[in-house]
Amino acid sequence: MKPAPFEYYAPDSIEQALDFMSQYAGEAKILAGGQSLVPAMNFRIVQPSVLIDLNRVAGLGQVREEASTLRIGAMTRERELEFNPLISKWAPLLVEAAPHIAHPQIRNRGTIGGSIVNADPAAELPVLMLALRARLKAKNVSGERWVEAQDFFMGMFTTALEPDEILVEIELTASPPRTGWSFMEVAPRAGDYALMGVAALVTLDQTGKYEQAKLVYLNAGDGPVEAKEAEKLLIGEPMSEHLIESTASKASETEINPFGNIHTSPEFQRHLANVLTKKALQQATQRAEEFL
Amino acid sequence: MPQSISITVTVNEREYKRAVEPRLLLSDFLRHELGLTGTHVGCEHGVCGACTILFESESARSCLMFAVQADGHNITTVEGLVPSSSSSHLRTEGASEGSLHPLQQAFWEAHGLQCGYCTPGILMTLIPFLKQTPNPSEEEIRHALSGNLCRCTGYQHIVDAVKLAAEKMK
Repeated sequence: MKPAPFEYYAPDSIEQALDFMSQYAGEAKILAGGQSLVPAMNFRIVQPSVLIDLNRVAGLGQVREEASTLRIGAMTRERELEFNPLISKWAPLLVEAAPHIAHPQIRNRGTIGGSIVNADPAAELPVLMLALRARLKAKNVSGERWVEAQDFFMGMFTTALEPDEILVEIELTASPPRTGWSFMEVAPRAGDYALMGVAALVTLDQTGKYEQAKLVYLNAGDGPVEAKEAEKLLIGEPMSEHLIESTASKASETEINPFGNIHTSPEFQRHLANVLTKKALQQATQRAEEFL
Repeated sequence: MPQSISITVTVNEREYKRAVEPRLLLSDFLRHELGLTGTHVGCEHGVCGACTILFESESARSCLMFAVQADGHNITTVEGLVPSSSSSHLRTEGASEGSLHPLQQAFWEAHGLQCGYCTPGILMTLIPFLKQTPNPSEEEIRHALSGNLCRCTGYQHIVDAVKLAAEKMK
């Protein structure tokens, strides 16, 4: 099908874009990579009366180091996660996860900020933002504010952004020493929506006991789902088969809330979460142990 | 009155100026406004890959972009693979007018198509892939093709064609 008519603006500065957002708050949609928005418009599931295209705004797609942080512009293409050396230096978890995000043709256009703001529970980037404890910078005409990833995702396709705000930047801080990572998902075919997926990030102390842990799941509820109780089981303990087993059980049986869909039952999703948690925890821990 | 925006787009090294309504998809612009019907439209929601083109030399779904977004940009469609009377930047050694690009030739020889509907999108996906991965493994080929649906071939002959193309393009 074809999209319903809309007015189109392509500002070349963020100030101009924010002016449009304040003028059309509520009726305008931001066009970033368009890889989720345009299909929804073609189906007429979404019919914005105004589209504000950020593709011509200068400076929104840069990845740079600043002080002790990595700043990723919201319009950075998903494809860049695979190849930018700064990303592999600061967040190898992103490099590992990126090839799972749809297909190369989609990643060439799709943006990091767009996927975060879309907040699809089955998407990888919201999960990764939570796992990496990212901070997200939102702007409107009157100023800017930082929102922690854990406060950003409010539910199904819903975020903490106000109607006149634009997500402009993602900030990552360096992981502590002795941190290991893993991202795993199961999809019917490469590039399809995953039935279940997990991002694991663990930090060990000098004796090899877990100091910090993040376990975040996709397609496991109405947003990215963090298994906080399961994470707590790990803290202060050394890795053991029993510990990994009980952590995976905790996360998959009591913390996630998968709905099932045409391809899978919730029971199968829980089974996948259990298996993926064990595998991802083992891999993340092994990677962290290399720094001991 | 719907909004009408003047755009200038370079497609296969030729410059086109048109006035378009913002909601016009790039795929429809190429087919209906420019008459470049080699770009096929399958699903119109980014799943089938039939409409894949090169946008600034990178593969992209033309059904997931608006024509207005292409203003000032460079696009290559499947028609741009075959050298025309004006020189093509994709022209390869030994290829002359009316002949096929080595990738197309490989599809011909290895029976990489049956009905051919998905073929233009597959070719445009493979051009940057083979540039980046000149010696692809079967697994890499299948992964690269995962965003393009073919309902005829079962993919085996497409994979064979890609292997042959990689040989030819060395």
